[in-house]
Amino acid sequence: MVQFSRLTLKDHLRETHLFNQRVVFAAAVVILLFIALLARIFYLQVIQHDHYSTLSEDNRFTLLPLPPTRGLIYDRNGILLAQNLPTFTLELIPAKLSNLKETIATLETMVNITAEDKRRFYKLVKKRRRFEGIPLRFRLTDEEVAKLAVNQYRLPGIEINAELTRQYPHGALASHAIGYVARISEDDLQKLDTTRYAATRYIGKVGVEKAYEEILHGEVGYQEVEINAQGREVNVRQGTLPIPGKNIYLSLDLNVQRVAEQSFKDYSGALVAIDPSDGAILALVSLPTFDPNLFVNGIDTDTYKELNESPTQPLFNRALQGRYPPGSTIKPFIGLNALDYNTITPEKSINCPGYYSLKNDERHYRDWRKEGHGHTNLLKAITESCDVYFYDVALNLNIDKMHQFLGQFGFGKQTGVDLRDEATGLLPSREWKQRTQHQPWYPGETLITGIGQGYWLTTPLQLANATAAMSMKGHRWQPHILQASHAVGQDEPEDFTPVTLPDVNIKSPDNWELIINAMHNVTRDAHGTARSIGLNAPYEIAGKTGTAQVYGLKEGEKYDAKKVSKHLRDHALFIGFAPVQEPRIAVAVIAENGGGGGATAAPIARKVMDAFFEDQHEEAE
Amino acid sequence: MFRNVIPEFAEANRISTGRRILHLLHLDFTLLISLLLLAAIGLSVLYSASDQSMDMIIKQALRLLLGFVVMFLIAQLTPDTIKYWSPWLFVLGFIMLVAVLFVGDIGKGAQRWLNLGIFSFQPSELMKLALPMLIAWYFADTLLPPSFLRVVGAALLFLVPTYLVALQPDLGTAMVLTASGFFVLFLAGLRWRTIIIGVLLLIPTIWVMWHYGMHDYQRKRVITFLNPETDPLGAGYHIIQSTIAIGSGGAYGKGWLEGTQSHLDFLPERRTDFIFAVFSEEFGFLGTMLLLILYAVIIGRGIMIATQAQSTFTRLLAGSLILTFFIYVFINIGMVSGLLPVVGIPLPLISFGGTSLVTIMAGFGILMSISTHRKLVST
Repeated sequence: MVQFSRLTLKDHLRETHLFNQRVVFAAAVVILLFIALLARIFYLQVIQHDHYSTLSEDNRFTLLPLPPTRGLIYDRNGILLAQNLPTFTLELIPAKLSNLKETIATLETMVNITAEDKRRFYKLVKKRRRFEGIPLRFRLTDEEVAKLAVNQYRLPGIEINAELTRQYPHGALASHAIGYVARISEDDLQKLDTTRYAATRYIGKVGVEKAYEEILHGEVGYQEVEINAQGREVNVRQGTLPIPGKNIYLSLDLNVQRVAEQSFKDYSGALVAIDPSDGAILALVSLPTFDPNLFVNGIDTDTYKELNESPTQPLFNRALQGRYPPGSTIKPFIGLNALDYNTITPEKSINCPGYYSLKNDERHYRDWRKEGHGHTNLLKAITESCDVYFYDVALNLNIDKMHQFLGQFGFGKQTGVDLRDEATGLLPSREWKQRTQHQPWYPGETLITGIGQGYWLTTPLQLANATAAMSMKGHRWQPHILQASHAVGQDEPEDFTPVTLPDVNIKSPDNWELIINAMHNVTRDAHGTARSIGLNAPYEIAGKTGTAQVYGLKEGEKYDAKKVSKHLRDHALFIGFAPVQEPRIAVAVIAENGGGGGATAAPIARKVMDAFFEDQHEEAE
Repeated sequence: MFRNVIPEFAEANRISTGRRILHLLHLDFTLLISLLLLAAIGLSVLYSASDQSMDMIIKQALRLLLGFVVMFLIAQLTPDTIKYWSPWLFVLGFIMLVAVLFVGDIGKGAQRWLNLGIFSFQPSELMKLALPMLIAWYFADTLLPPSFLRVVGAALLFLVPTYLVALQPDLGTAMVLTASGFFVLFLAGLRWRTIIIGVLLLIPTIWVMWHYGMHDYQRKRVITFLNPETDPLGAGYHIIQSTIAIGSGGAYGKGWLEGTQSHLDFLPERRTDFIFAVFSEEFGFLGTMLLLILYAVIIGRGIMIATQAQSTFTRLLAGSLILTFFIYVFINIGMVSGLLPVVGIPLPLISFGGTSLVTIMAGFGILMSISTHRKLVST
């Protein structure tokens, strides 16, 4: 016991000694660092005082950021889609004003200033530096500019600045693809590189403007400005010029786009046309559209409300985000699936009495043609779109094999297009249903999946890209809308490099021919569901019509649900490509509540193809 | 028992009545006076930096009051009580740190705040105290210098929460936490050999962090520090403008409320992290020297308290707390004067803002508890 306490006592002393040693060392370091700080401050305040004094006292210099000019957007033929036009902005420089409120009151007698203008202005006053111009009113009218100019001598600190404002010369045309810019919001500021955007006032919000913000924006420049103690600029020194954003060329063909939008007449819907040989998007239609120019300088609340709350959802990009059941357009893919998995042969035919029934299931799964198609093989089933044949095919395949095979075409996955907010769609599976609905998969659901109904949801873009893959016999590309970008000062535009996607692999390549031939029959055969568009076509078209039941929708977008009560008509669908050999355009069309695919959707696709080949023809000449 | 009381009176009789009362209230005279002086300087600089906004002064004065109250209350606890609660405080802080990663509120791009219904709370602030307390507790009843295994254990104890804070991401606080944990280890007698090996290991770690562990904005800050001209409009602007403010102050300063750099809005964050530049511009080298001396007095007194502390726990904790306080002062002034990269660390008791102020004052409460609960037995 005694020994023990002596031992701890000894350690205690040793510990204290050790601790004191360490403290002395730490104190020495603290003193050294304090001396370093003092030395640094001494250097700044005593030795370099004159230097900093000059910078601070006599000529405070500052850097004013200069905005880069935003890149222009062209279509593939060089038609201008987005440009920058000078507009006049009224700016106030707080450092030069004795009384802000008074000045604004004076200005109000000359130009129209809304409460919203003032609110935004005062918010900016708090954030910006005092010698920076702060905008009070945008887009002054000529008359207002004249009034201000006449009175400017008695309004120091007021500036009328010409500012470049984004303008979309074609208005609502292709607005979902091009998108728009708008003033930088609080949310944007959180995410932005504030240095790069120091002078920028607009940022891409939707469409290409958003997706290619990075290259359209350019690099900020700055100017060294000397100002005196009152904050007035006295001298502008050399700085760095801003680097304008790159001009970009889209793969979009504005002419084809226009024809496409017009062909829909009053239908809402979507159309995507793709060049199957590299995934270039030739037309991206979502109807109804909106005028992007409304958003550039801030849309007024009423107009926005009207657009946002309209039951036709003009702000919703159906081509990318709309989710529709593919309906019968899926049949060629399922036919290929069954051939590849050897559950059918091309010759095998079944009798179609106009309905199909399952064992232990009293329900009649009906064909769209009440009287049935009679003896039907694969060719006839695709040509005439026989439902009963595909019920049987689906049942023999089962949902797992369908899920496995059709996933290769990109169903249920994002295509990876170079635009934002693409929807995923839904390729149903046993596992998916168990996970989301906690229910087993029923055979009846396999049947309706076989004709593209039920849980199936595809986006128009997905459908177009799957069609392109079909036309290329399994070779797939990531769809893209950028064709080239052109930096100012560069001689040649830099082409976008398309990206391939994994091919669709099938065991016997002959099966491609079989299916494509059947799709060709759809427009060529006297019984084909789209024979009307095959007539007089100067090129060969392969296609497939489809009809999606609106009331059958279980997982539609909100806008669908609203529509169901108003319009119970089916959506009209069509997919197709041309020419059948060496295809150059693949199209997917969805006309909401358009009724039959053959009657409504197919003619739209034909017009788009006509416009496309006409353009190509002209180009060749 | 009696013997313990008599010397206390004997000593008390030798010193003034005022000090005796302070001692009974468990307040340390030197620390208290210096802290009050700092607070007064802080408020007057803030008055200038805020363009004479009484609102901000009142707000800050209330925070200071809260800080002093917290300090006073903690000073009443005995070191044994503080030691007893150390591990529990750490566990609480750790749980909240983990929680903040999942349910924390996001402010200025980082997830640091835990919303507790009535008020928001930054668990990393609690950690600034709980971490050195835990490590000191961990070494309190062991033989020192610590065995290798103990050192590894301690390193794990402070690196895990530090990593969680760095994830938020809050590099400044992570650095402070690392420092406070390291100080305990160092004072406990961590072998020099281990320290040197640790420093050598740091180099590859920094390399890995730089390439994989840092956010772009953090990398940018370091680059900007190394060469402010690369970003004259962004982060470099802070450093350029604050050195101009300090340098133009000269030997005697431009005078209170006369700092042109500060008042023409050239100086960013001039009420918070960069307030030292305002002080320096207006009071010059003379004022800066006095301010540094005041800080030095506080740190000197803190070190004295540590050396006079009677148990391993109190010694280690007091030493770590005061050295961490020094780190605040050094990093802030070093950053504002362009010696160190810009990390968001406030100048204690001068910068506008409440959270870290309360933590710092609580730390001084612990120091005062250690200093005034000594048993007056001479050794």
